[in-house]
Amino acid sequence: MVCESWKAKLDTYLDREVPEEELRAFDTHVRSCPSCSADALARVQMKRAIQIAGKRYTPSAEFRKRIQQKIASKPLRSFGLGWTFAAAAAAIIVVGTLTSVYLGTRSGRDQVFSEIADLHVATLASASPVDVISTDRHTVKPWFQGKIPFAFNLPELQNSEFTLLGGRMTYLDQTPGAHLIYDVRKHHISVFVFQERSLPARLDENLVSPKKQPFNLETWSQVGLRYFVIGDTSAADIDGLAKLFKQAS
Amino acid sequence: MRVGENLPSESFEQLAIPHFERLYNFACWLTHDRQEAEDLVQETYAKALKGFSSFQPGTNFRAWIYKILRNAFLTSRTGLKATATVPLDLEDEEEALLATKETPETILLQRWDEQLLRQAMEGLPVAYREILLLCEVEELSYQEISATLVIPMGTVMSRLSRARKALRGGLQQQFAKRVN
Repeated sequence: MVCESWKAKLDTYLDREVPEEELRAFDTHVRSCPSCSADALARVQMKRAIQIAGKRYTPSAEFRKRIQQKIASKPLRSFGLGWTFAAAAAAIIVVGTLTSVYLGTRSGRDQVFSEIADLHVATLASASPVDVISTDRHTVKPWFQGKIPFAFNLPELQNSEFTLLGGRMTYLDQTPGAHLIYDVRKHHISVFVFQERSLPARLDENLVSPKKQPFNLETWSQVGLRYFVIGDTSAADIDGLAKLFKQAS
Repeated sequence: MRVGENLPSESFEQLAIPHFERLYNFACWLTHDRQEAEDLVQETYAKALKGFSSFQPGTNFRAWIYKILRNAFLTSRTGLKATATVPLDLEDEEEALLATKETPETILLQRWDEQLLRQAMEGLPVAYREILLLCEVEELSYQEISATLVIPMGTVMSRLSRARKALRGGLQQQFAKRVN
């Protein structure tokens, strides 16, 4: 019954159209409820698919020019403040442009994080999360040869708490990459490796995961490859596995 | 300041141009015809420019200009035709989902096909298509959608829910057609 009341408002939650407090309660519930989590994930996937499919039509440059010419140089509001206004307007444009650039970058970055989180959850929910099942890095690493357009090293896990479960191919915005799954104290951690230059958004070093993410995530770039380590385990575990990868590369 | 709200000192051009590409995309989805979409966008800008003096600075320009475009569409030949074919009991309509093991989400996840989804979106009644586009693609808030479509917030939520359900049904139908 509890789930039914959540599910009835699931779309409204995912549209972020409920008060912040209720959103937090919803997030907490979803983290502990596999059924609601799967439902929410499916709907998020659908929302994203609609968003991509919906951005379909682009106006021609000629049409844009025509419209711009029609509405250009027709200031409807005269404020009579001369240079003061011009300076203020210029400042607004500059700030606006910088804000747009910032928001655009942030939006692209958040989208990458969301995609990574989706890939992690969707894979773990799958009946066959890995295509190559092995705890041996010397079996898993060669499996990717010829399947992805780059090579990478897997860390030695002796004297650590991590266990390699296997790997699979994955795609992020049509970019092929490697997805490795590790286990630590019954928690699963995903490690994704992609070619940096192929990714849709430029990501800075030492980024932290967005606040909305219920996972801990660490990402970095090394020798042209972008690594993401994500899981619902502690930040220390994520960092521990990330360090092993950094040392191996 | 909320997304879409404008600074009181901005000119029409400063406010209107950033919405140009999205308005054109929305117009294409409504009309299914690029030439008609161009005419619609052109008419929208002409009307908006003419009526800009009635626009309240500091309020939501985005909702205001989408409303103008939508009204222009509804009074166009295509718009009249589209709305004339919409069932009167749209708000009470329940979509019959096909009996299949494939859910719309698994279809999308396992057989990602943008074409399939676009066809399903194009097949929606205009009232469902527009609200879905405003929410998912144009990312308008419920309040902005309410202002654009001139419907209460409760209707925004119920119509959006039905639109999503109709899309799921349409997606399953498109998939079944392809399989058969």
